[in-house]
Amino acid sequence: MARYQCPDCSYVYDEEKGEAHEGFPPHTPWAQVPDDWACPDCAVRDKPDFIPLGMSGIGGVAA
Amino acid sequence: MSTIARNPSADNAPDRYVDRKRYLWMLSVIWPAAPLIGLYLVSQTGWGIFYALTLIIWYGIIPIFDGLFGNDPNNPPEAAVARLEADRYYRILTYLTVPVHYASLIVSAWWVATQPMAWWEVIALAFSLGIVNGLALNTGHELGHKKRAFDRWMAKIVLAVVGYGHFFIEHNKGHHRDVATPEDPATSRMGESIYKFSLREIPGAFRRAWNLEKVRLERVGKSEWSLSNEIIPPLLLSVAIYTTLILVLGPDPKLLVFLPIQMAFGWWQLTSANYIEHYGLLREKMADGRYERAQPRHSWNSNHIASNLILFHLQRHSDHHAHPTRSYQSLRDFRDLPELPTGYPGMFFIAMVPPIFWSVMDRRVVAWAGGDLGKIQIDPASRKRITRKYGRAREAARIAAE
Ligand SMILES: [Zn+2]
Repeated sequence: MARYQCPDCSYVYDEEKGEAHEGFPPHTPWAQVPDDWACPDCAVRDKPDFIPLGMSGIGGVAA
Repeated sequence: MSTIARNPSADNAPDRYVDRKRYLWMLSVIWPAAPLIGLYLVSQTGWGIFYALTLIIWYGIIPIFDGLFGNDPNNPPEAAVARLEADRYYRILTYLTVPVHYASLIVSAWWVATQPMAWWEVIALAFSLGIVNGLALNTGHELGHKKRAFDRWMAKIVLAVVGYGHFFIEHNKGHHRDVATPEDPATSRMGESIYKFSLREIPGAFRRAWNLEKVRLERVGKSEWSLSNEIIPPLLLSVAIYTTLILVLGPDPKLLVFLPIQMAFGWWQLTSANYIEHYGLLREKMADGRYERAQPRHSWNSNHIASNLILFHLQRHSDHHAHPTRSYQSLRDFRDLPELPTGYPGMFFIAMVPPIFWSVMDRRVVAWAGGDLGKIQIDPASRKRITRKYGRAREAARIAAE
């Protein structure tokens, strides 16, 4: 499961955890997040701006 | 463009920063109690003019202080930001502001319902309270941008005082995304008066907030008509507060006039802020159809220390838009930002007299765009007048560029 970080406020979308409040339950793949979805914390960067961080879970961050 | 001296760039300075404003920030906590100080002075002197105390300080005295004290020389280096953010003292001040807003509303309403007052005095107090209720929006703004659930709840609780709970959604997810584009009902257009703007801004803000929640709740699989809609709990809280006030204090006719006026004037303070913060500014569209990223150049700023101290640094607005989750104490000033000639209170006042506002701001907007009217958001109804007046500047800029 991959993780993606907002370049502005460092919020991280983790596919494993999802973002239930935004309607993405755990294990929602990044590909299913719509392109116009904005960072839930700062809202100034959209999905296409996010930076891939690598894998989550066992093995830790492999950015 | 700048009327006050700018701070030297602090970008690479090491963190030896001492916040000389640390204790002065208490002014942001005390200021929402200004109507209560007015009531105290009325009780001591019997002079009704003190009902208008907040009004006089806000529109009259703060602009004079902004002129006298001018630029704020304090500017934290980027290296100090993490330390300032971690300091709980600043956060506690924003929490303390919340009960002050409640106290101002409840005591003022009690006073109107129980004390003998002339009608003009009721109106003067309503406008005074309206101003600090506008500041409840400012406190809600500061808290609503934070990531902690507690802070976000405090934001909703304080926004309920002024009946504007949807601000939390509207501002964070709507305005920050759409700022300085024609899609943003909270960005004013060159030539648009504040009165015309308010008719676009107030309903537009509510509609956008509701739609944002609707889209989110569709994904979650819940109804927009549920407590999960983040607009609804603070709205219910507002209804509860105002119903309780009327039930407890009785349906006194003065109170029934007082409450809507103070609330409407609170909304007007927000409209004023939205009106001046991005007036005429426009982000360019990129090849892929998205707008360029919101840049520091897409906000008007004021680094005047006096008004900033009662506004939790809201006027360092470019840095706020660049880093919306950053706390007030860490906001920084930069060189070469679009600059307002005075702080928000003075700007709010002249905004109510459109010809004066235009004479102050329009040439600044044209200078910002390098004379190119195509780079400015212009009110369609004013386009002819503005082209006639500033079209020559564009010609001159084109010739200079060649
Ligand atoms: Zn973000």
